Amino acid sequence: MSGTWVAILLSGVGTYAMRASFVAFADRLTELPPGVLRVLRQIPPAALASIVVPAMIRPDGQVDLWQPRLAAGLVATLVAWRTRNVAVTLVVGIGVLMLLDAL
Amino acid sequence: MLVGVIPFGLVAGATPSARGLGGGAAIGFSTIVFAGASQLAAIDVLGDGGSAIVAVLAACTINLRMLLYSASLAPHLAGVPLRRRLTAAYLLTDQAYALSISRWTASDRPPLDAADRVAYYFGTAVPLWVGWNLATIAGVLVGAALPESLPLDFAVPMVFLVLLVPAVTSWPAVAAVVAGGGAAVVAAELGFGGVAILAGAVCGIAAGVVGELVAER
Repeated sequence: MSGTWVAILLSGVGTYAMRASFVAFADRLTELPPGVLRVLRQIPPAALASIVVPAMIRPDGQVDLWQPRLAAGLVATLVAWRTRNVAVTLVVGIGVLMLLDAL
Repeated sequence: MLVGVIPFGLVAGATPSARGLGGGAAIGFSTIVFAGASQLAAIDVLGDGGSAIVAVLAACTINLRMLLYSASLAPHLAGVPLRRRLTAAYLLTDQAYALSISRWTASDRPPLDAADRVAYYFGTAVPLWVGWNLATIAGVLVGAALPESLPLDFAVPMVFLVLLVPAVTSWPAVAAVVAGGGAAVVAAELGFGGVAILAGAVCGIAAGVVGELVAER
């Protein structure tokens, strides 16, 4: 089996384990300790930022603050904040990026 | 929600071929892993010639938030048969979570019993699964025909931006974003590759926890 399929299967198993983690024990679940909840609460902003921020300020393998992806990303941040809409944010973000790339 | 999934799914279908992994891998990722950004992160590692283990680590880090979603949904699913819960878990996505939890906990609409909650969940999750996989297949088929000038890879940060923005609701969350994003960039600069996301997430979580503890003082 190739490395690609090993990666697919193991990623699938790991992801499923995390998805099922608490749902599988819903019947026996008591209140979670506050310390656990505190850690869980930080996951979305921390994990999402660790994808989004490098994509905007380090698009080509080095930090660069003067390039279209950061500019398009900032415009898209504003749109995401105002609309909370995936499709609108996608179209505006990619549209602004294409426009800046064409200039 | 479905509208946002289509372009993202096209990217998930087109990218593996573009990175030399083939269309079969795209469909394998979309059915077995079924979590867009993590698929693209793993494909990125593999396309750069990285090892399967680093690819798995990158994908699983991105999907850490599934732990939170699972913990958040679980109390509402007590009394639902195990097999249905395990099926529901496979279909758990950002969108299915966000739609379900907001309907289940809506105070301005009639409350649902457990069976109706599960029905509502599958009503959002199944169309997302179908749309995602159809878009992936379409991406595999049209991938080569897409113009080079269309920056489809930028769809990934765009989708995550829409999830990130509403998550920033407090100063500890701001600390988690700044530390998480900053540490991911620094780790990438230091040559961590796919592990940079994990480093960023760990630092961001730590900063958020510290931020909450300080805020409670």
